Amino acid sequence: MQQEYLVQDPFKTEEYMINMGPQHPATHGVLRLLLTIDGEIIKKVEPDLGYIHRSIEKMCEYDTYQQIVHLTDRMDYLSSHINNEAVCLTVEKALELEVPDRVKVIRTIVGELTRLASHQLWWGVFGMDIGALTTYFYAFRDREMINDIFEETCGARLTMNYNVPGGLMFDIHPNFVNRVKAFVKHFKTKLPEYDSLLTGNIIFQKRTKGIGLMTAADAINFGVTGPGLRGSGVAIDTRKTHPYSAYDKVNFNIPTFTDGDVYSRYKVRIAEMWESLSIIEQLIDNIPDGDFKVPTKAVIKLPKGEFYQRVETARGELGVYINSDGNKNPYRVKFRSPGFSNLSILDHLSRGYKIGDLVAIMASFDYVIPDIDR
Amino acid sequence: MRLPLFLTTIHDWLYSMMPEIWAKIVEMVLIAVGYLAFFAVAGLFLVLLERWIAAWIQLRRGPNRVGPGGVFQTIADALKLVSKELTGTIKADMFLYNLAPYFPIVSALIVLSVLAFSSTIQAYDVNIGIFFIISVSSIGVIGILLGGWASNNKYSLIGAMRSGVQVVSYELSVGLSLLTMVLLTGSLQLSQIIEVQRTGGWLILQGHIPAIIAFMIYMIAGTAETNRTPFDLVEAESELGAGYHTEYSGMKFAYYFLAEFINMFLVAAIAVTIFFGGWLSPFGITDHIIWLQPVWFLAKVGGIILLMMWFRWTFPRLRIDQILTLEWKYLLPINLVNIVIMAIIILLGWTL
Amino acid sequence: MSYFSNIYYGIKSLLTGMSVTGKYFVKAPWGTITQYYPDNRDTLKMFDRFRGEVVMPHDENNLHRCTGCQSCEIACPNGSIEIIWDRVVDETTGKKVKVIDKHIYHLSMCTLCNLCVQACPTNAIVMAQNFENSVYDRTQLTKVLNKPGSKVHPDVKE
Repeated sequence: MQQEYLVQDPFKTEEYMINMGPQHPATHGVLRLLLTIDGEIIKKVEPDLGYIHRSIEKMCEYDTYQQIVHLTDRMDYLSSHINNEAVCLTVEKALELEVPDRVKVIRTIVGELTRLASHQLWWGVFGMDIGALTTYFYAFRDREMINDIFEETCGARLTMNYNVPGGLMFDIHPNFVNRVKAFVKHFKTKLPEYDSLLTGNIIFQKRTKGIGLMTAADAINFGVTGPGLRGSGVAIDTRKTHPYSAYDKVNFNIPTFTDGDVYSRYKVRIAEMWESLSIIEQLIDNIPDGDFKVPTKAVIKLPKGEFYQRVETARGELGVYINSDGNKNPYRVKFRSPGFSNLSILDHLSRGYKIGDLVAIMASFDYVIPDIDR
Repeated sequence: MRLPLFLTTIHDWLYSMMPEIWAKIVEMVLIAVGYLAFFAVAGLFLVLLERWIAAWIQLRRGPNRVGPGGVFQTIADALKLVSKELTGTIKADMFLYNLAPYFPIVSALIVLSVLAFSSTIQAYDVNIGIFFIISVSSIGVIGILLGGWASNNKYSLIGAMRSGVQVVSYELSVGLSLLTMVLLTGSLQLSQIIEVQRTGGWLILQGHIPAIIAFMIYMIAGTAETNRTPFDLVEAESELGAGYHTEYSGMKFAYYFLAEFINMFLVAAIAVTIFFGGWLSPFGITDHIIWLQPVWFLAKVGGIILLMMWFRWTFPRLRIDQILTLEWKYLLPINLVNIVIMAIIILLGWTL
Repeated sequence: MSYFSNIYYGIKSLLTGMSVTGKYFVKAPWGTITQYYPDNRDTLKMFDRFRGEVVMPHDENNLHRCTGCQSCEIACPNGSIEIIWDRVVDETTGKKVKVIDKHIYHLSMCTLCNLCVQACPTNAIVMAQNFENSVYDRTQLTKVLNKPGSKVHPDVKE
């Protein structure tokens, strides 16, 4: 029976499905992708979410506004400071609270350091995903310096919870300025090394150029934001279009690359690291004096209404929507997380490419699974 | 069979002790045990070396807990693997699943037996040496294919198929680049090849430009043969988990693992024999001291292995179609042209 | 011709990458960034603001500063603080005052967000820099912060 079948069509191939995840080295967490494959070629990618869903939005409805902030640490844990900032900005917007310039500047510096730390980790993991294991350790060497700065000033290395509605939890540590300057000096010598180790490598370029092509129209239709969007040539960055904190006071460019492939998304992030360094350099010597916090009531009650604030995390645009009914708890909180929208285009991008390419495409979007599931 | 002095005394003693046929059998068993011991020690040491080199490149310290400076780390790992449960999948083809790990390890052992560690330490100086090595070492891939197939795991299967495609392609380049050098020596026998280099200098110098090209091709193809980065698609951990040995555990996994490192040793040893004069010392400085010959051999092999480890910890991984492109569009044509150039050079007597 | 220039630039880029890793390999004995953690336990000092666990400092007379106002309990987002309190008659003034019986802290539920320390009006609890919190039994993570027999500091007014 079987032999007959083989004789009839010896070269017939069949599609088959494999589970990539929830436990898989390339998904960086508990993302499950159902791949339909023909040999090595991907026919369909179905992301299956919910393995790390902690119902953060629902939990927010039972928490006070001060308590919401620390929950957002656990969403996109690599941009935790920026997430906290988003919530605080929303609450401050609702209260019509003007925070001192000192707070704005410190928030911006720490936010950019967070972005740098996130991009460094992304760089290390990108290398690891496409097989160059050494990048991870070089990235972590540099990231360690940022983490030390955070630990000294904010009290924790990853889930810092440094923002509170109305300002900051502590003032900056006396060593902060010196440490940041030392880091900027150190990292400026190490970034070119990143390029010579990975960016220029012929194997790396072959693996990334022309892979996962995303047109600007596709990117906008799927709601892709962040470096993914800017890698397709659309110069949209919330820091520029809707400035918050001290971003309206600094000069920086929005790096864009027009190819829309994995390589241009990679280049955007490398260029963003340079921009972040330049923003930090502009601000670090000019931290204004003043209070680090505006006194708020112990129980913050937002006025009735809807409030929305968008910020640019390391992965794209994070939107915080708070619907308040005037109580100490919000009526509804919704986070527009960048990871979720960026994941939605994965199927569209990776059809027709190979398994190795899928890993590169996923790495180029820098998915953080708790950010997608929340 | 040629033996060093202290072994010759054992040889004479054995023949004086018992009938010739028994003496021969006992001697063979003793040699086999010696090679097995070397196999295990070299494999474990290479794993340790790999971990140290990886650590030093990656700004880490590496194994430093078990024994002085961590030298017993891999022995402890091996003991752990021996004591582990042998798991498997339910619908696996149990016969092939259990058989598969022996292929790579047996083929590696057979190749080890024809290597010339010195002018006297060589188990069997077969007159078709290079040919024998190439043909026997290609048996190893059957183990990977069978293992991936019999595991009843899709990841294993993809890894095994990738391995099949890759090794079959790159064997061409290994064979042709060695053939380029065989043109220069005129012999396939390893002792003959080294003898040619004793008088005329190492082959990589004798054959200058085409020999260097052949060496580069051999290194690329040899790295691909051993399934190491940048050609480690077979076990690409970010794509396939662990590739063909996903479902293997305990000692069966250790066989695959050891065989990979011994294969690396073999590739380096062949490169040393063919390109860098085997156990010969540079410029013949210590050629009259016989006991230094294996030291030189192992030192050169270590150098090549270091180079392969350096590759591994620097480069990203290629994609499957790029691997085939590299082989069929770059290495193979260059190799064929290189053979012609080498032939012309030998014809015109332009060798150094 | 681009065939050969591809090969040339390819090999050149590979050698550039190898020079980076090679440089670190040669400098390895001086360049390790690893913390030699269990070995450097004596010299390892965490930063002052590092948040390891919540503790209640007691002075030499076994006095703490907690009045039992429960601000920390309210501020805690995940209920890791429970205060068991009572009202007793103060000997000097004769009034009934609130004193804590047990200040229970569940380290297993704590997210180390620092909100309780911020909320405390009398600075009775602080964050300690201890980070070696692993234990064999989960019940050991539930701690009573006030020491047995301790009293509230007389300077602290409710």
